[in-house]
Amino acid sequence: MTPISLDIAHALPELILAIGALFVLLFGAIRGKENDGPATEIAVGILGLAVVVLLIGSKSRAVVFDGMFIDDAFGRFMKVLTLIGSIGTLLMGQRFLARERIDKFEYPVLVILSTLGALILISASGLITLYLGLELMSLALYVIAAFHRDNIRASEAGLKYFVLGALSSGMLLYGASLLYGFAGTVEFTGIAEAIQGHGDQGGLASSDNLRFVSFGLVFLMTGLAFKMSVVPFHMWTPDVYEGAPTPVTAFFATAPKMAAVAITTRVIISAFPGITLQWQQIIVFISILSMALGSFAAIGQTNIKRLMAYSSIGHMGFALVGLAAGTQEGVQGVIIYMAIYLAMTLGTFAAILSMKINDRSVENVADLMGLARTHPSMAFFLATMMFSLAGIPPLAGFFAKFYVFDAAIHAHLYWLAVIGVLMSCVAAFYYLRVIKFMYFDESGVAFDRQSPITAGVLTLTGLFVLLMWVFPSTFIGAAGAAAKSLF
Amino acid sequence: MIGLGQYLTVAAIVFTLGVAGIILNRKNIIIILMSVELILLAVNINLVAFSSYHHDLAGQVFALFILTVAAAEAAIGLAILVTYYRNSGTIAVEDINSMKG
Repeated sequence: MTPISLDIAHALPELILAIGALFVLLFGAIRGKENDGPATEIAVGILGLAVVVLLIGSKSRAVVFDGMFIDDAFGRFMKVLTLIGSIGTLLMGQRFLARERIDKFEYPVLVILSTLGALILISASGLITLYLGLELMSLALYVIAAFHRDNIRASEAGLKYFVLGALSSGMLLYGASLLYGFAGTVEFTGIAEAIQGHGDQGGLASSDNLRFVSFGLVFLMTGLAFKMSVVPFHMWTPDVYEGAPTPVTAFFATAPKMAAVAITTRVIISAFPGITLQWQQIIVFISILSMALGSFAAIGQTNIKRLMAYSSIGHMGFALVGLAAGTQEGVQGVIIYMAIYLAMTLGTFAAILSMKINDRSVENVADLMGLARTHPSMAFFLATMMFSLAGIPPLAGFFAKFYVFDAAIHAHLYWLAVIGVLMSCVAAFYYLRVIKFMYFDESGVAFDRQSPITAGVLTLTGLFVLLMWVFPSTFIGAAGAAAKSLF
Repeated sequence: MIGLGQYLTVAAIVFTLGVAGIILNRKNIIIILMSVELILLAVNINLVAFSSYHHDLAGQVFALFILTVAAAEAAIGLAILVTYYRNSGTIAVEDINSMKG
């Protein structure tokens, strides 16, 4: 047994968030005011501290707490992305929440708790940790989806998300129980060994057992696919994105997505290397469906949050192309995709949060008409985001797609890559339509001036997306090292 | 003698009932909450049965965690339901459709 103090050192970011959430909660309760005061700033400080600890902390790989919790380069990379998503959305959303009079101090507390759940989820190396992290993340998300409690659309979004989320975690648990029954252990490595062992024996018994594992795998993937919002478990996404307050939507689109993709990758690579054929079918299937639905269903959307919901479904499909390859290269592609997707989402939502007329938020795509004349810099960076989301070189979004398709081709999944490229052409239509509205249409009513924070986030992410091709090696090297630690 | 197979069959039936309750029910969200509890309890039967079969305690620990989380989940679900009811005056599943597309 290693001493517990050594274990704790590996979970330091999680501990900071746990204690920080309690601190902010106590602070808000003792302060006793309606508005959130400095709670958001404190929360940003706590999340920032966790990022610093992750960046300067130990660089070793360790499995701690009796094989329940793993600390490796892959986890650290995805955790930093998750935390950046939370910090960005907290900072951007403050003004919006104050305007809608829902700037309660509980909001930053719930965001920290949900981020904590995401971090635990990323580091899970057993089914129990996976479930607890997932639920901590989801329970906080259910509440913040319905955070605007006097708004019927927000409470409906929360209700829909809760019902479908509860169903999906039930499915996930049923799968987990079957896998536990098969392997006799809840650890991913133990499950992988059990699958390997049965494969070696051969005969009828092993094919029966394989069916058993496949059942567990399908149920487990159902739960995870729900959290990633990929087809056929995407039904909640458009409604929740549209109904929830915009800062909450921005949060939904960043931190939980990073965690869900990270844990799916970790489960598949570390627990099911023995049955590649089985999980590859599932991933290819949901990946193609998501790319297709994300591309076609977004075409008719008029609400920009709904449009971003379909766009995110499509993008998750593209990210899974890399996972379908199942190689180290593929995982590297997934990590790069998620990092770039995070930057593009933060930037786009910074622009969406700036869409307000006379201090009232507007959400229609058509409201962007003539933005190039009234707000040239915002229009330029939003256009950059749209080109990048469509995957046009030399913007970052192109490299994201390049790495996953490259990995798919090296794994001989030619038709998957072909379908992916075709779907990204279809998707380009609605991204380019946004640009057409901004640059080639007569302006309607001009938006209010951008707040410095949203303008700053938009400019920063815009520059990252624009200039990524100048300095790709450090970024891609880090992603490569992270992918390597999984194998 | 009741063996592992019988326990798994019961769990599978309860699980199916729970999922069917969520999908088929058109009336009332409370019924959905009850169905979710059924699903979680089915999983617990599975886990405890496997735990005893393997002589491994992890399954029972897992079941205890699930019980705790299920309680928290039900509390949050009811809270959201109350919020929704105050805004819309209904909890019928068919009426939850202010957003479409």
